[in-house]
Amino acid sequence: MDQQITCINCPVGCRMTVTLSESGEIQSITGNTCPRGEKYARQECTLPLRMITAVIPVENSATPLSVKTASPVPKHLIPEVMAALKTVRISAPVALGQTVLPDVCGTGVPVIATRPLE
Amino acid sequence: MNLQHVDILIIGAGPAGLAAAIAAREDGVDSILVLEREAQPGGILRQCIHNGFGLHRFREELTGPEYAQRDIDRARELGISIECNVTVLSVSPDRVVTCVSPLQGLRRIQAGAVILAMGCRERPRGALCTPGTRCAGIYSAGTAQRFVNLEGFMPGRRVVILGSGDIGLIMARRMTLQGAKVLACVEIMPYSSGLNRNIVQCLQDYDIPLYLSHTVTDIRGRERLESVVVSQVDERRRPVPGTEMVFECDTLLLSVGLIPENELSEGAGVELSPATSGAVVSDTLETSVPGIFACGNVLHVHDLVDHVSDESFRAGHAAAAYVRSERKAERLISVVDGAGVRGCVPQKIHLAPVSPVTLMFRPSGVFRNASVVISSGKKDLLRRKSMIFTPGEMAAYDLKPECFEGLDGSEPITVRIEE
Repeated sequence: MDQQITCINCPVGCRMTVTLSESGEIQSITGNTCPRGEKYARQECTLPLRMITAVIPVENSATPLSVKTASPVPKHLIPEVMAALKTVRISAPVALGQTVLPDVCGTGVPVIATRPLE
Repeated sequence: MNLQHVDILIIGAGPAGLAAAIAAREDGVDSILVLEREAQPGGILRQCIHNGFGLHRFREELTGPEYAQRDIDRARELGISIECNVTVLSVSPDRVVTCVSPLQGLRRIQAGAVILAMGCRERPRGALCTPGTRCAGIYSAGTAQRFVNLEGFMPGRRVVILGSGDIGLIMARRMTLQGAKVLACVEIMPYSSGLNRNIVQCLQDYDIPLYLSHTVTDIRGRERLESVVVSQVDERRRPVPGTEMVFECDTLLLSVGLIPENELSEGAGVELSPATSGAVVSDTLETSVPGIFACGNVLHVHDLVDHVSDESFRAGHAAAAYVRSERKAERLISVVDGAGVRGCVPQKIHLAPVSPVTLMFRPSGVFRNASVVISSGKKDLLRRKSMIFTPGEMAAYDLKPECFEGLDGSEPITVRIEE
């Protein structure tokens, strides 16, 4: 089975083809022009990761709080992370970098504030 | 009205204004005033809550608010005075700035040097000549971004995006994550002007279709938007009859370009460049009016805030040198856009620069395995190969002072892309 992947590392945007065996193992990667492409394609075919950023409401502030996962989390968890963020109850003041959710969806990754809010 | 005096007055406390202020203060200028129209400093970064900022400058990926906060904190540490809720009404050629604010009313300030750092704004619907009704539900992508990220409400539930610039792509993802359905992203050109990274992570990740060589050919709705019609366009960008698709939606976001906001500059008599819509500047970021400098998106629209900061540090240093009268008049050589090049900044370079000169431009098309050549007469100042040049990515080159040795100023410097 072949998977098409566009490299995101630079503006060249190499279009790569990853050939996977029936058990999902990578057999070949073609179309990349540098090693960064191969590394990216390998990651995308095994466990694609994404940073998630969002805004959440704050109980005593009209301005919402912008937050991010402290590191990238598996892409397939994006809907669950967004759902988990909906349950967060937080009040100002909030400091930049403050944890608003310690371990989102069992990833071990905290969600932190990306701005101060007075 | 009393006339207040400052050494350097900076208009705008976004990334450009903050970096310029920091640089000038670090050079020892005490009297610096930054005027900001919004209630807080930070500029457009405040609403850019996604990550990807700061890779060049800080070697880490920050979100917009985090990037802004670093400069805000540094400016506070240095005791720089930033006044918010102040709108500048005019700048005179002799650097008298007239401004108004709720607390202090109307004021006039005489500045030793002025740094223009007002940023840019989005091209509006009126500039597109889109057909259809004037219903509610049509926003520029940046307006929608402000609503969602700073004011905490959603502008709609079913969304079509016209234009595939990075703000449009980022908003496709944001609207999806915050619960809306994004039906399509429509681009009139055969390629997207957005980064590959954003096409992958903002559209493909959420199965949002990107229609290249398509545009919106009708907008329908009485009070609120009800649907838009999207048609394919031919190679001359004319809609092809029979290709219409109807999308039922309540929101249309426009991401169709940014324009430097130069009304104040024009009022000061600053010469503007038709290629960049920003000021014509020398390598010290000084405009055609002595003592008035420009940097950031008001000078030319950047892709990366890292480049904005870098340019603005240079403007701050140059303004500090100006108020100390360290610079004497020197001859300037013109920089000319050659083949494949649009909007070179700076447009003029001192004959014998003492520090490296950063030259930036936007390629006018996509060129593969080509070289940028910067030359004057028969002398090549710089020649560099690149696998790709695209209009979506600003090209930037540093020229060391020794590159300019032997130039007598009799011929302009030409920048071109050679295939």
